[in-house]
Amino acid sequence: MICQDCNQRAATVHFTKIVQGVKNETHLCDECARLRQNKSFDDVFSIHNFLAGLLDVSGDSVRKQEYPNNFICSKCGTTYDYFKKVGRLGCNNCYIEFKEKMNPLVRKIHGNTLHTGKVPKRTGGIIKKRRELQQLKLQLNDAINKQEFEKAAELRDKINELNRQILDM
Amino acid sequence: MAKWLKEIGPHADIVVSTRVRLARNIEGFPFPHILNEEKAEELKKIVMESVISGNSTLQNHFNIISMKDISQIERLNYLEKYLVSPDLIRHSNIGSALINKEETISILINEEDHIRVQCLLPGLQLEKAWDLAQNIDDLIEEKINYSYEEELGYLTACPTNLGTGVRVSVMLHLPALSLTGHINGVLKASGQIGLAVRGIYGEGTDFLGHLYQISNQVTLGITEQEIISNISDVTMQIIQNERSARDKLLHHRKIELEDKVFRSYGILKNARVMSRSEAMQLISDIKLGINLGLIENNNMEILNELTALIQPGCLQKYYAMELSESDRDIKRAQLIREMLG
Ligand SMILES: [Zn+2]
Ligand SMILES: [Zn+2]
Repeated sequence: MICQDCNQRAATVHFTKIVQGVKNETHLCDECARLRQNKSFDDVFSIHNFLAGLLDVSGDSVRKQEYPNNFICSKCGTTYDYFKKVGRLGCNNCYIEFKEKMNPLVRKIHGNTLHTGKVPKRTGGIIKKRRELQQLKLQLNDAINKQEFEKAAELRDKINELNRQILDM
Repeated sequence: MAKWLKEIGPHADIVVSTRVRLARNIEGFPFPHILNEEKAEELKKIVMESVISGNSTLQNHFNIISMKDISQIERLNYLEKYLVSPDLIRHSNIGSALINKEETISILINEEDHIRVQCLLPGLQLEKAWDLAQNIDDLIEEKINYSYEEELGYLTACPTNLGTGVRVSVMLHLPALSLTGHINGVLKASGQIGLAVRGIYGEGTDFLGHLYQISNQVTLGITEQEIISNISDVTMQIIQNERSARDKLLHHRKIELEDKVFRSYGILKNARVMSRSEAMQLISDIKLGINLGLIENNNMEILNELTALIQPGCLQKYYAMELSESDRDIKRAQLIREMLG
C-alpha cells in the first residue's frame, strides 16, 4: 500500500476511525505521519493554534466526543473535529455544512458575520444587484418617512426594475 | 534585489515597506492542506494560464518558481525578501510562486489558500500597493470562479481571513519610540483598535532592529477601503510620534545619541564576527543617525539592502555556499565591511 499523502513511499502507519458505523482509514508512510504530527508542534504560536484554543473553551470533553454525520463535510470529508485540531477547513462546502458552529466563531474573530467588501466582478453580478436593492429599500423607507413622495416613486420604479433583472439572472 | 529593498519610498525615514495581500480560493478544489499533488498541479496550471495568457503585457514580467525545484537556501532567500511565505515552503511539494521581475508582486499558489496575491513596495504606498493587488485580482478572476459566498465574502482555509481576504501591513522602523520606552503605548493602542503588531522575521517577542509590522486583524464586516484608511491613519500617527521622539532625543540627549551611533558604526565597519541580531541592532542605530543628520556621506539604500543580505538565506546565496552558523557570523561581518567600504 502506498502513502496517501506523498503517493511515493510505502505506507507503514495506519489509522482507523469509526464514526457512526462508517469506517475511515488513513495510510501514511513514517515521514508523512511525522509531518502530520509535527504540524501541530510547528505552529505552537500560529494563528491556527490560537484558533484551536478559542474552540476549546467549551471544555476538553467536547474534543473526545464523536461527531454525528452532519459534522462531516460531504464534499471533502473534513470533520469539525479535524478543523478544531488544525484550524483550517477543507473546502468551501465546509462553511455551509458547519455553518451553525462556525457563525459564533466567526463573530468571535471578526466581531461580525456579514461581508461588506468587494464582490467578484464576473460571478458576483447578482450579489451586487441584491446589495443595491437592499440600499434602495432603505432609501425608500427614508423617503416615505420624510414624506418625499416624488423621490419615493422614483425609488420604487428602480426597485421594480432591479427585481426584474434579478429574476432574469 | 527586490524593489522594496533597493529603492527609497515615501516616509522612508520611518516606513520601510508597505504590503497588501489578498487570499483567494478556486471553486471545486479542496483547500491546499488536503489537496493531492495531481489536483495541485491542475490548479497551478489554471492560475498560471489566467495570469499569463490573460494579459500579454504581464506575460514577460513573471518568473515561475516551483518550491520543489529550488534549494532550501533559495527558498530561504525568497522568504527573507518576503516574496514567499513559511506556509509555501511547508507545502514545498505543491507550492509555487509567480514573481515579477521588479519583485513587487508575488502570486503564491497552493499556500494556505489556493492563491495569495501579494504586493510589496518601498515606503508608505498603501494606495499604490492596493491598486496593484486589485489589478491582479481582477485579471485572475476573469477566467476563474473564486470561492465566494454572499454573507461570508471570499472563503478561505482559515476563518481568520474570511470576507475581504485582505491583509494590509506596513513595516516601521521605530528606534526613538523604542529607546524612550513610548513604544509600549503605541503597541497597546494599536491592539485596542484591532491592529496586530509583530516583530520582524518572526523572532517571537523580540523586536529585532526596532522594526515593527502593523497589520489589520479583522477582515470580515469591513470594506477594503476602511482597512486601508485605518492602517493609514494609525501609521501617520505613529510616524508623527516617532519624529517628535527623535527630535526630543536630539535636543536632550545629543551626545549620548551621537556616541551610540558612532560606536555602532565603528563596530559595523571593523568587526570580524557578527550575529544577525547584533547586525540588525547596529544597522538600526546607523539609520537613526543618518535620519537625524548625525552621520553624513552614507547611503541609506545600502543599509536597507544590508538588512536583507545579512539574513541566513540571502547570505548563503550571496556567497553561493552552505554556511554553518559560525561561518555565517564571519561572512556576515565580512560582507558588511565590504558594503560599507
Ligand atoms: Zn508519505
Ligand atoms: Zn469540505
